[in-house]
Amino acid sequence: MAVYLPEQTRVLVQGLTGHQGAFHARQMREFGTPIVAGVTPGKAGVVVDGVPVFDTVAEAVEETGANAAVSFVPAPFAKDAALEAIDAGLRVLVIITEHIPVHDTMAIAAFARLKGSIVVGPNCPGIAAPKERLKLGILPNRIFAPGEVGVVSRSGTLTYEIVHALSAAGLGQSTVIGVGGDAISGLSFSEVLSAFQADEGTKRIAIVGEIGGTAEEDAAEFIRTQVTKPVAAYIAGQTAPPEKRMGHAGAIITRGRGTAMSKMEALKAAGVRIAAYPTEVAALLAHGARKS
Amino acid sequence: MKLLEHRGKGLLLRHGIPVPRGFVVRSPEELTDLPWPAAIKAQVFAGGRGKAGGIRFAESLEDAKKAVDAVLKLEIGGHAVREVLVEERLPIQQELYLGLVIDRSARAPLLMASLEGGIEIEAVAEEAIFRMHLPPLLALQPYQVRRLLGFLKLTGATGRSVGEIAQKLAKLFVAEDAELAEINPLVITKDRMVVAGDAKLTLDSDALYRHPDCADLSEDLTALEDRARRKDIAFVQLEGDIGVIANGAGLTMATLDLIGRHGGSAGTFLDLGGTDDLEKVKEAFRIIRVTKPRVVLLNIFGGITKCDTVAAGIRDVLEEHPLEVPLVARMQGLHEERGREILHTIGVETAASADEAAKRAVGLRNSQG
Repeated sequence: MAVYLPEQTRVLVQGLTGHQGAFHARQMREFGTPIVAGVTPGKAGVVVDGVPVFDTVAEAVEETGANAAVSFVPAPFAKDAALEAIDAGLRVLVIITEHIPVHDTMAIAAFARLKGSIVVGPNCPGIAAPKERLKLGILPNRIFAPGEVGVVSRSGTLTYEIVHALSAAGLGQSTVIGVGGDAISGLSFSEVLSAFQADEGTKRIAIVGEIGGTAEEDAAEFIRTQVTKPVAAYIAGQTAPPEKRMGHAGAIITRGRGTAMSKMEALKAAGVRIAAYPTEVAALLAHGARKS
Repeated sequence: MKLLEHRGKGLLLRHGIPVPRGFVVRSPEELTDLPWPAAIKAQVFAGGRGKAGGIRFAESLEDAKKAVDAVLKLEIGGHAVREVLVEERLPIQQELYLGLVIDRSARAPLLMASLEGGIEIEAVAEEAIFRMHLPPLLALQPYQVRRLLGFLKLTGATGRSVGEIAQKLAKLFVAEDAELAEINPLVITKDRMVVAGDAKLTLDSDALYRHPDCADLSEDLTALEDRARRKDIAFVQLEGDIGVIANGAGLTMATLDLIGRHGGSAGTFLDLGGTDDLEKVKEAFRIIRVTKPRVVLLNIFGGITKCDTVAAGIRDVLEEHPLEVPLVARMQGLHEERGREILHTIGVETAASADEAAKRAVGLRNSQG
């Protein structure tokens, strides 16, 4: 069973009436995801590709039984939209939007914890479960294959690349989660690893990390003590200069902390196989059936 | 976005935190009066100003002019000094550290304080630092201030002043969308005033839209980085000479790493992001041309981005203005065959993998001597 996604996932799209929202809602539906509602304030009554649009999340939940949301709401309004979705009791909220102010994200994450919701993102490609044919986000449909590898990543394109390589190597995926490239994410690597460790459908784990913060070091400590499944990792930014933001808001080495070297060493010491380049993750997981 | 000290102090003052009296000059001639014994401080982003001679003291107008002149001639950490802060010299009794950062793991602001101010907080012993997370949905609460003052063993009027400053700084941190707000040192003067001796503030550039008065302060971006940002292209100028264009921050970083593995050195980090916009691709090539690379390496994995759109943008921009250096490309994913065909028509052969492309790019660079 996919991690984090509720039984009978019914998805609401915040910002369905926008270009991105409409396009990706179609892609999600083609993947097999039930898209039951859209929410755009002031657009109640509009129907997008057969999906009814509501003014508020509460109404949409009431009318359609939605239990998860994907948000494409522009950054200045993203916090309000997220708090509304969490307040309406949605179990999972995937925030695709990039450039949300970090204080807004902290408020979203704190409110989600208070209400028991899971936030994936922001600035993320979303979550996909190939076997269940569920995708909440913008990951390309055709790269997936059902299988036993759990993938957790801070990057979008690198995730696509690695999932594509895994599928090509005959290694399907149980759940693929992009936690996002911002300084603050709703889900940490450690939290996702904990879910993968508990998930019977996940037998091996791939981590795609990058410079900045200590999510990988925290994950290494968690793996050392709590994870028995084999893990392989790739860390981007091995040659990145300090004090420069490398594309992602969270990808920055500050005051000597958050280097790729520190992350790779910590993970290696925890028994994780380290890939020298992204697609090597597939080869490392194909060989190692046990934690090294 | 980092703020220079004088701008940071301006924000502190706006939030009611005492700072020394002072003003900014850009030449010794601007200095016509010295109302008090002064500290003359270089306004640069680099650390280690004091050691580099960027902080001086003057008692007289004549000495102050000399000091301003000397400081303006300095280059500190690669930054030429253009502005000097002339401010009232504080009679220091004690120096504290007070700072707020964002703790990414805890997803919350972290308040830090120490009696050992005036040196970098990294150099202070763990047990001498007070740390407390502030719940994001609440302001700094009075009980938290009491814990802070208990740790610092500050009482009476001084304790009250430090507590008030901590609360004001915590409010500023949220209200101004700060990522870092450090007062180091927070000075207790001989007459028991508490004043911010320095201010190190970094604001969230993603929140500038709600601080229009700060929007012109992006002083830490180069002109080219600023130009790229306007097109929503993430661009960083690097030391090497292989120009890298890729899509997605992670993939772009991974491409730099592959170049490093093959013994080369990247000259740019240029992340196109997800794009269906020909203009963005064209602007990317115009920007990379300015950096004068010896080889350009393009690495595209088409997830949402379509390879043929990117290839068409490249064809158009190179027809306008051919590249004088070799272009090595790798394209995989959505519409990859069409993308490769388009590149073939302009004489660019694609590599089978990112690794091979990086190897080829480094080889072409090295063959130029």
